[in-house]
Amino acid sequence: MSKSHAALAAEFTADENRTDWHDETLWWVRQKRDKAVQQIPEWEILRQWASAIKEHTLSKLDEYLAIFEREAISNGIKVHWANDATAHNEIILKIIKEHSISKIVKSKSMLTEECHLNEYLHQSGIEVIDTDLGERIVQFRGEPPSHIVLPAIHLKKEDVSETFHEHLGTEKGNNDPQYLTESARTHLREKFIQSELAITGVNFAIAETGGFVVCTNEGNADMGAHAAKIHIACMGIEKIIPKAEHLGVFTRMLARSATGQAITTYTSHFHRPRPGQEMHIVIVNNGRSRQLGREDFRNSLKCIRCAACFNTCPVYRRSGGHSYHTAVAGPIGSILNPNLDMKANADLPFASTLCGSCTNVCPVKINIHEQLWKWRQVIAEEGLVAPSKKMSMQVLGYILSKPSLYRLIGKTGRWVLRHMPLLVKFKSLNPWYKQREMPEAPSESFRDWYKKNRRS
Amino acid sequence: MKVGLFIPCYIDQFYPMVAIATMQLLEKMGCEIVFPLEQTCCGQPMANSGFNTLSKGCDRNFVANFSDVDFIVAPSGSCVLHVKEHLADAQNPEAAEFIRTHIFELTEFLTDVLKVEKLDAHFPFSVGWHNSCHGQRGLHLSSMSELVAPHFSKPISLLNMVNGLQLHLPSRIDECCGFGGTFCVFEEAVSVKMGKDRIKDHEENEVEVIAGGDVSCLMHLEGILKRKGSKVRVMHIAEILNSQK
Ligand code: SF4
Repeated sequence: MSKSHAALAAEFTADENRTDWHDETLWWVRQKRDKAVQQIPEWEILRQWASAIKEHTLSKLDEYLAIFEREAISNGIKVHWANDATAHNEIILKIIKEHSISKIVKSKSMLTEECHLNEYLHQSGIEVIDTDLGERIVQFRGEPPSHIVLPAIHLKKEDVSETFHEHLGTEKGNNDPQYLTESARTHLREKFIQSELAITGVNFAIAETGGFVVCTNEGNADMGAHAAKIHIACMGIEKIIPKAEHLGVFTRMLARSATGQAITTYTSHFHRPRPGQEMHIVIVNNGRSRQLGREDFRNSLKCIRCAACFNTCPVYRRSGGHSYHTAVAGPIGSILNPNLDMKANADLPFASTLCGSCTNVCPVKINIHEQLWKWRQVIAEEGLVAPSKKMSMQVLGYILSKPSLYRLIGKTGRWVLRHMPLLVKFKSLNPWYKQREMPEAPSESFRDWYKKNRRS
Repeated sequence: MKVGLFIPCYIDQFYPMVAIATMQLLEKMGCEIVFPLEQTCCGQPMANSGFNTLSKGCDRNFVANFSDVDFIVAPSGSCVLHVKEHLADAQNPEAAEFIRTHIFELTEFLTDVLKVEKLDAHFPFSVGWHNSCHGQRGLHLSSMSELVAPHFSKPISLLNMVNGLQLHLPSRIDECCGFGGTFCVFEEAVSVKMGKDRIKDHEENEVEVIAGGDVSCLMHLEGILKRKGSKVRVMHIAEILNSQK
């Protein structure tokens, strides 16, 4: 198992200035979101609608997927079904091989990150160029994205300059964002022109029309799809909405929740291949049907990947996306990833104070913090909590169910705190004391006071 | 009106003055207070760690202690929320149901049940208010910055009734302090960083006291304040509302 969230978070926070900068940058995005939504008096109603549309769709997901497939095929799109990440990757490799293609561009798709498509293709000697600016930066650095909307948000402009100097030959030490963006743009333009095959994600797939919608701010999905002779769009089964008329509810919320923009710069609708082009859709399950079957966690599939829950999360802002050691980090990642691999991700539902801010910002009203709590119960039930923690909880549970024992321990505890502070304050044994003082131990408990002063 | 006082275990052991203030305050308002002596804890520490199953003994003990009152009041949003959401007793389902619907956090009890409109309280200090998440987002003691909804705050309207008190709100009005139950030790680094950031926000307003409705959050903030030798004190809202000249 990789390092736990707590260990990775401790590494991240060790650089306090960088932590402050990361926290403040994302808090600024959260504030932009607040300003944008406060201008929509019907915001809470929109959330209700969005949640209800998704609820309905999830309850008839099989039907809507079948309708979508039928309509997409009649539009001339080739539809593929993948039950897991491997199947998804194999389908894409097969299409690439059939056309003997080597120049591939990909716009942002968290699903392909989840399936580790780039690594898979790399092993077959095929290189994919990520065309989202942030994704290209992390790709150069050999890192995964740390945020689903802002993949390189953990990096400062100095880091980007360094990376571009190394990979694109930009001037060393030139940190001017304008200059750096321009260099990346020139580099990517070349890749777009050469590309033969473009992979995109899907934000919304509309059952009644068989079309799909891709939202970006950079227009890179369009550049790729328009230049290449083959377009492959990858989507999870939960991306379906029933009708085109439902789309407006989501497009009004997505960008406002994500960055505080009224709408993404590009909201591109794809319905059919243009003449001479081939268009494929890969519809992926990869554990989603299992999540659909878990009643307590089902509505995590409503997620539209806006990342509002990341930006508001006080833990995420201070621990960075990589501390979640998964493709989708943040609060939503912490309720999705235990479904994919409970053992490897058993730490994630505990990487939260359960403050509930995520649930409040979520445009589709996923009860994220309640699901975190429920995952904790499941994980404990499955025996995936450290034995020492389990034991201490058993002891605590026992003491607290026995009033006389509790009183005795309370007295002893206060006595120990008062008389042997060094013992309790033995730092390595007590994480509380590392950066905090212990509360002072009073000579009497409230119970003692009450007996003396109030009981006749 | 017979009010059962529920004093969470860490208040009983480490912050008895908060319990005393709560009791005196409610007595001033004319409540008859009983403190069932066999009470221990609501079971939240186990439940939030994934062991809700281990809190059954606590639940039974809770029901046995609080069945004979009109209301149950506690100076802790977090514990009250836990009881409201999770208290269960297979042998005594009706008693458990009664408790879940008749337990109140102190400020909501003062505002919604006793309908307090003025207070005889005096506290001439500069106070920063810390919104604890479970009280705020769980019990809806105040509006929340994430939602598009009218503004209100039960604790702040009570603080506004206190003579001499100057109230200051931090720039991040409702960000979590990082306590989070066992989170405070298992995620020590982030927990402390969150606490430090809340304190810094209050320090910009040069407050003398950071006040809140949950002692657990305050204990965490106090630990950090003391470590850095700060003069800023933490106080529970009950202590402030109970202060007189
Ligand atoms: S869980 Fe909600 S807030 Fe988080 S990314 Fe998904 S839709 Fe956005």
